[in-house]
Amino acid sequence: MSFYDKYKDYKNFNFGDYFASVSDEYILRIIDKDRISELEFLALLSDKASKHLEAMAQKSKRLTLQHFGKVIFLYTPIYVANYCVNQCVYCGFNISKDIVRKKLTLEEVEKEARTISGTGLRHILLLTGESRVHSSVEYIKECIMILKQYFRSISIEVYPLETNEYEELVKAGVDGLTMYQEVYNEEVYGELHLKGPKRNYRFRLDAPERACVARMRSVNVGALLGLDDWRKEAFYTGLHADYLQNNYADTEISVSLPRMRPHGGEFQPKVKVDDRSLVQIMLAFRLFMPRAGITVSTRECAHFRDNLIGLGVTKMSAGSSTEVGGHVLSSKSEGQFDISDKRSVEEMKNLIYSKGYQPVFKDWQAI
Amino acid sequence: MNDNFIIGGKEVSSRLFIGTGKFQDNRIIPEVVKSSGAQVVTIALRRIDFDSEEENMLSYIPEDCIIMPNTSGARNADEAVRIARLARATGCGNWIKIEVVSDNKYLLPDNFETIKATEILSNEGFVVLPYMSPDLMAAKMLKKAGAAAVMPLGAPIGTNKGLKTKELVKILIDEIDLPIIVDAGLGKPSEAAEAMEMGASAVLVNTAIATAGDPVRMGEAFGYAVLAGRKAFLSGTGVVKDFAEASSPLTGFLA
Repeated sequence: MSFYDKYKDYKNFNFGDYFASVSDEYILRIIDKDRISELEFLALLSDKASKHLEAMAQKSKRLTLQHFGKVIFLYTPIYVANYCVNQCVYCGFNISKDIVRKKLTLEEVEKEARTISGTGLRHILLLTGESRVHSSVEYIKECIMILKQYFRSISIEVYPLETNEYEELVKAGVDGLTMYQEVYNEEVYGELHLKGPKRNYRFRLDAPERACVARMRSVNVGALLGLDDWRKEAFYTGLHADYLQNNYADTEISVSLPRMRPHGGEFQPKVKVDDRSLVQIMLAFRLFMPRAGITVSTRECAHFRDNLIGLGVTKMSAGSSTEVGGHVLSSKSEGQFDISDKRSVEEMKNLIYSKGYQPVFKDWQAI
Repeated sequence: MNDNFIIGGKEVSSRLFIGTGKFQDNRIIPEVVKSSGAQVVTIALRRIDFDSEEENMLSYIPEDCIIMPNTSGARNADEAVRIARLARATGCGNWIKIEVVSDNKYLLPDNFETIKATEILSNEGFVVLPYMSPDLMAAKMLKKAGAAAVMPLGAPIGTNKGLKTKELVKILIDEIDLPIIVDAGLGKPSEAAEAMEMGASAVLVNTAIATAGDPVRMGEAFGYAVLAGRKAFLSGTGVVKDFAEASSPLTGFLA
């Protein structure tokens, strides 16, 4: 069994007919339920449901408060390399881009780590471009050894690995994995990923499951919103998260809602995902999986992020840079995408307090 | 009337235990401790940042409190044991609330792994308070494993649904010769009073206080409820009858 089987169940599903069959009354009944099914989750992603955002928001707020309390977990990414062997038409690290490529030395990793930990953050997300040659598992492990001295929880967002490689990294001190499928629609995936190992849809799709098998503590999935019909992509993301949670009960499953940002290329999002739609996705997901984490990064602007607090989001990045060595190095490289919310960790902390929530810097301890 | 409450050889002044998660600001915690009268305070070791004064939850706990670190995040007995040892090594004392949750969907405790961790840790001199699903056989095994108390859930954690497991908890109160502390699920002071009225030794409340509009006042309300419930239990509540006492009883002809 793989999530691919689940995906196939819905691959040829007639979304249009289903959405057309959804009534206002049906939406209200779903909002009122304690537990909702896959198709009910899909109904909450329909155009019809967008008329009921306020009712969904009230429920989502209550569920989030109940399960997570008045807290927002904070983390920041550290980009250690931007070499990439893939040609993904939408990405700033695309191999065909003529950008400054860089891979941090271990001394530079340490400098970055020291600076970031000085802000009080204890959770870090290590990112590399997708190149086994430049960012080998061995190199990632060496980075982890350094990061462990400064952070209590380390997640990775790197190219998909084999189960035994995830096991190695878990043993080295990694406790979380973020893996975006980018786009679940298999055909669109093929069109957008022109060259490189990333063309292998299935290998990427099954990576979160391999991480669960490798006993990764937390696994975070997501679709890059804007690459295809967001209602379907959000639905597949939720199905994926639910599949993983049902099969790997002791892994903390969460989702991210990354929305395409402008970058140094000509590719523009295929589909516009406006603020209202992004909120609808978040609320629908919260009602579908009440206990799962929801991450919103600094891709989103400050005003929008501020208003999401309390609605369903549980984790936010702060003080982010998507450039390799973006925190201390003077000769920086190009970022993967443009940061929208450029506030410092301190500013985010104060903002969260002002919203009546507690910013949480540490929520796990390697044992 | 003497109503001392002793756990692990230590007299505890309040039968309301409180948690420290989910608050909008840690700086509220000392006020909640004061208003609720709680003495035993549980903290997740995962959340204690020993490197930061501001983020270190321990610095918000008044000195006269008993700190009961918990093993939140443990997925099995081995992880719970490691967290407990870390808690003791970092100066959190030798009380430990064991939480082993291998199910992130419902967050229900894993009784089997909890029993294993209890045995190991009680042998190492910890005062072990295991959080569990109310099951008589598991509770008996926890006692045998050296638990200082048993902490059955009233409802799934964080749900505020109240004492849904009432009948099962009542059996533990009747059959297990250890303090029974109702942990998780209590959403209102009246539900805490209900647990105390039926003979629970104490209750542990976190979500209902932390996410209340006014956590300090809600803490106080839970404090009163626990006192009221305990007094009611000690007084012996009246018998509940299904029918009113008939003025002309059917059996009145029997002399």
